[in-house]
Amino acid sequence: MTDLLPIVLFLPFAGSLVLFALRDNGRPAVVKTVGFAFSAATFLLSLLLYARFDAANTGYQFVTSIPWIPSLSVSFSVGLDGISLLLVLLTTFLTPIALLSSWNAVEKKVRQYTMMILLLETGMLGVFCAVDMFLFYVFWEAMLIPMYFIIGIWGGERRVYAAIKFFLYTMFGSLLMLVAIIALGIYASTLPGGHFTTDLSLLNAIGPQIPMTIQLWMFLAFALSFAIKVPLFPFHTWLPDAHVEAPTAGSVILAGVLLKMGTYGLVRFCVPLFPAAATLCAPYISALAVIGIVYGALVSMVQTDMKKLVAYSSVSHLGFVVLGIFAFTEAGLQGSILQMVNHGLSTGGLFLLVGMIYERRHTREIREFGGLAKVVPVLSVVLMIVTLSSIGLPGLNGFVGEFLILLGSFNSAVLNPWFAIIGATGVIFAAVYLLWMYQRVIFGSVKNEANRGLRDMSARELALMIPVLVFIVWIGVYPDTFLRLSASKTKELVTMLSHPKAALPPVSEPVGPQK
Amino acid sequence: MHQFVPYILLLPLIGFLVNGLFGKKIGSETAAGLIGAGVIGLAFVLAAVIVGEMAGSPAEDRKHIVTLFQWVAAGSFSVSVAYQVDQLSMLMTLVVTGVGFLIHVYSIGYMHGDPGFRRFFAYMNLFIFMMLNLVLAGNFLLMFLGWEGVGLCSFLLIGFWHDRPFDTGGYAPGTAMTTDAAKKAFIVNRIGDFGFLIAMFMIVGAFGTLNFDEVFARAPYVFEAGNATVFWITLLLFLGATGKSAQIPLFVWLPDAMAGPTPVSALIHAATMVTAGVYMIARCSILYALAPATMEIVAGVGLATALVAATIGLVQNDIKKVLAYSTVSQLGYMFLALGVGSFTGGVFHVMTHAFFKALLFLGAGSVIHAMHDEQDIQKMGGLAPVMPVTYRTFLIAALAIAGIPPLAGFFSKDEILWKAFSQGGLGYWVVGWMVAGLTAFYMFRLVSLTFGGEARWGHDKHPHESPKLMTVPLMVLAILSVVGGFIGVPESLGGSNVIERWLEPVFAPAMAKLAFVQTGHDPAEYLLMALSVLIAAGGIAGARYIYLRRASIADGIAGRFRPFYALLWNKYFIDELYDAVIVRPIAAGSDRLLWRFFDIGVIDGMVNGTAHLVRLASGSLRKLQSGNAQNYAYGFLVGIILVLGVIIFR
Repeated sequence: MTDLLPIVLFLPFAGSLVLFALRDNGRPAVVKTVGFAFSAATFLLSLLLYARFDAANTGYQFVTSIPWIPSLSVSFSVGLDGISLLLVLLTTFLTPIALLSSWNAVEKKVRQYTMMILLLETGMLGVFCAVDMFLFYVFWEAMLIPMYFIIGIWGGERRVYAAIKFFLYTMFGSLLMLVAIIALGIYASTLPGGHFTTDLSLLNAIGPQIPMTIQLWMFLAFALSFAIKVPLFPFHTWLPDAHVEAPTAGSVILAGVLLKMGTYGLVRFCVPLFPAAATLCAPYISALAVIGIVYGALVSMVQTDMKKLVAYSSVSHLGFVVLGIFAFTEAGLQGSILQMVNHGLSTGGLFLLVGMIYERRHTREIREFGGLAKVVPVLSVVLMIVTLSSIGLPGLNGFVGEFLILLGSFNSAVLNPWFAIIGATGVIFAAVYLLWMYQRVIFGSVKNEANRGLRDMSARELALMIPVLVFIVWIGVYPDTFLRLSASKTKELVTMLSHPKAALPPVSEPVGPQK
Repeated sequence: MHQFVPYILLLPLIGFLVNGLFGKKIGSETAAGLIGAGVIGLAFVLAAVIVGEMAGSPAEDRKHIVTLFQWVAAGSFSVSVAYQVDQLSMLMTLVVTGVGFLIHVYSIGYMHGDPGFRRFFAYMNLFIFMMLNLVLAGNFLLMFLGWEGVGLCSFLLIGFWHDRPFDTGGYAPGTAMTTDAAKKAFIVNRIGDFGFLIAMFMIVGAFGTLNFDEVFARAPYVFEAGNATVFWITLLLFLGATGKSAQIPLFVWLPDAMAGPTPVSALIHAATMVTAGVYMIARCSILYALAPATMEIVAGVGLATALVAATIGLVQNDIKKVLAYSTVSQLGYMFLALGVGSFTGGVFHVMTHAFFKALLFLGAGSVIHAMHDEQDIQKMGGLAPVMPVTYRTFLIAALAIAGIPPLAGFFSKDEILWKAFSQGGLGYWVVGWMVAGLTAFYMFRLVSLTFGGEARWGHDKHPHESPKLMTVPLMVLAILSVVGGFIGVPESLGGSNVIERWLEPVFAPAMAKLAFVQTGHDPAEYLLMALSVLIAAGGIAGARYIYLRRASIADGIAGRFRPFYALLWNKYFIDELYDAVIVRPIAAGSDRLLWRFFDIGVIDGMVNGTAHLVRLASGSLRKLQSGNAQNYAYGFLVGIILVLGVIIFR
């Protein structure tokens, strides 16, 4: 099966077509089952990708390339390396879980909803698989549409405001990226014997040769687009609104996968294409990352809505990921890649659990709760484990990522150790805001009568949380299963970054890489 | 046998999983308790067998590293789950599993009938597992796993009765719950852990590894004594120790930790977890030997903590709080020992303190049990005849902590005071000596008010001796509190100082760096010994006189020094200070400045403002597209005139 990757990529899309073909009055149970079956099959097939992946090979694997717009030499090219494989697995893992989570929560337009989620899955997978910049851009934009509808139709009260804000924020960034992609292609055509191209492997060789002044602008255009998606402070204010208004499954996918597209973009494009500009900007971006870590944590601490609290905690956690990327060390980069997965599990898990609580009580205000440990003991235990994973307790997944990130950025050649030191205070604050929330919601005696008769987790809810818990412990105890996938790729990238001068053109600009 | 060391850890892990996952399926409480206590007992036996084998082999053959699998690795950095078997780690393992087993047995009786019985044993087993990771770890990162893991268990167990209110005696009066104390413990500990983390980054920077054997072997070649990097590494590790081991400035969580069930206070907040900081510094002795400035800070902080906590302990009325401040104070002694370069003295005191302080807490638990959850010693009195076993064992422990020979505390405290004098200086000794007097005084104030004199409890209370499950552990610990010191009888008293010989290989590199002049038999040692016995006896006699015969004296003193008394009663207002200077400003600033002003006001204001501006602009532009031909013609005309005007008048 040489076409394994395109099959994985388009299986969810095929699922949405099947659902489209179903008659409008198709029973919701059938619709849900079909949707879940397609996403589950996608996950199982993606395990084949894992099994056949060669971790020692740093090139793209499972490559499929079909000419698409020959006049611009744009092709439909997909492939995987260790970094994207992990994110593909995260996507295929979280989508069925998200569908399962909204089994009862979504009541209107179930068919369209399930279609949107499946379309979204193909969009996200495409972003991670594309090895052609134009194709990447198409998927990047395409996946906005289902997400826009998921928030705008199945969201909460202020869903329209949130959906438009999400759309405009992201759109603003993407347009600059499009300009940069075109500029990059045109630059390629000006080289002797060159032609317009959006092929990533060609551009990877060309990018570092671009003179510093141009390189810097291109880098900034890409970086801004990705920074909005991450979201990096101060471009984060779409996130709390989008999360609060999105339905649970939307939040899970948003936090679990969509935000990773931003950090993935930084690793995949910003850094290798423009190494000199990235080196120059590393301290500034890292500064924003560190501000985000502390700022996100402090703002999270004072939230009264559980979902908003978790949303702001994402700003803090993603700050760690960005910091690790711009440390340009193997530890930092490996930590960041793993932390993308970790955040998907921990924050995704938190959104799932907050969603379950919301389904029972139709409120997320922390002060409405208290004493849930007595009423819903199983949910309380699961929430405790996911909370501990999110605050980075050693032995669980979050710690491994955060530790490597901070270790890498502390001993980085481009960053001052103070970045890591200030970033590490985020570890203290994480304990404050998450444990405080846990204490107010779960501990104590039941004071609010409305909380008295709540039922504990159902078999379905437990079934969708157990895989998350398994990976939380697995990555915490034996992260090598996952770290080894991206190790050789990371090494290659860091080696290249440690000689940015070698990659610079002979006539280099006076602005050099900074130490 | 040493290769079986992972099983010492596996046993409590199994206990945790069985009681944690299948607790509800285990019908009887006894079965759950037996599993919980049994796994710890087995772990102790296994540890004892390994130690026996070590003792039978030559000293240089007693250190082994058992590596299980690679844990975290990236680039050239790699850390494994690896356990280090040596004289120090196994001594700690024996204390943790031994004292731990006794407290587990006691808990079967103490927690009888509690709805959370199985959860309790699951947490306690998890604690032992984490504590064993901490002491047996072969590298800093695995130690950190145990370090944070015991903090988690501490959090879970302090807030075990999470719906109960708790009188903090400081913040949130009347509204605080046990979980507030739990959260405070976790967060304050995390502040310390922050130091530990940064220290690890610096160690990787300097050595490229976190493995103990490599770091410690290379340290003397990498660093000159007094090097700035090693100063910061040791200072940051010490920050971690001040969190875990409740030293100034992070000691504030430990007194509140008494909100947990009393066996928890005995195991975690007295005998084992809080000594982790002492263990860690002893483990890193060579690094500290290379950082004399840090050593002085450690000694100074230890001494100051010992004094401050002892003075607070003088006036507290909650039986557990007195013991908590006593623990803080005794931990201060241990850090004093480390700071003056007596690593053996510090570890020795860890061990003896584990015996008598666990005993004191379990005795207090027995009293609280008998008094139906009453903890105010002013409402006790006259309990000695009612609970003879508890009284006698408590008395033994009190004598031991007061430093009366030949009980365990005498030898370890004397070792510390002698080293404080001979390796530190007269000043260290004087303060340490005074604290010894204060210790004897507050302990016998406690004994007198609780067990002596007239009964001050009402007729609604019917105190009784506790069941055998609780009293037998008391008796075993009492025996250990009597004989535990004999393994450290100094040469000057004709002993062979077994513990010093046993630990010698571990501390040899550090001692070589510190190069203290061996004075041999110094007559001053006998003089100091006599003086410390004297002040202990004086403290005991004074407390008994005041609190058994002349209660009016205490009130008189409190009245005459009212401001000072108020200062002690309010624990120097440290909680209030932290609240006002740190907690409140951060909370208020995050809410008003960061969130409401900056996030919503500035950033979102700009975003929405831009959108608004676009809409306004496009709204007015839209009016131009009116579809009215006259308007278009008018615009056309104005345009032409303008263009012509520019061309003509340019």
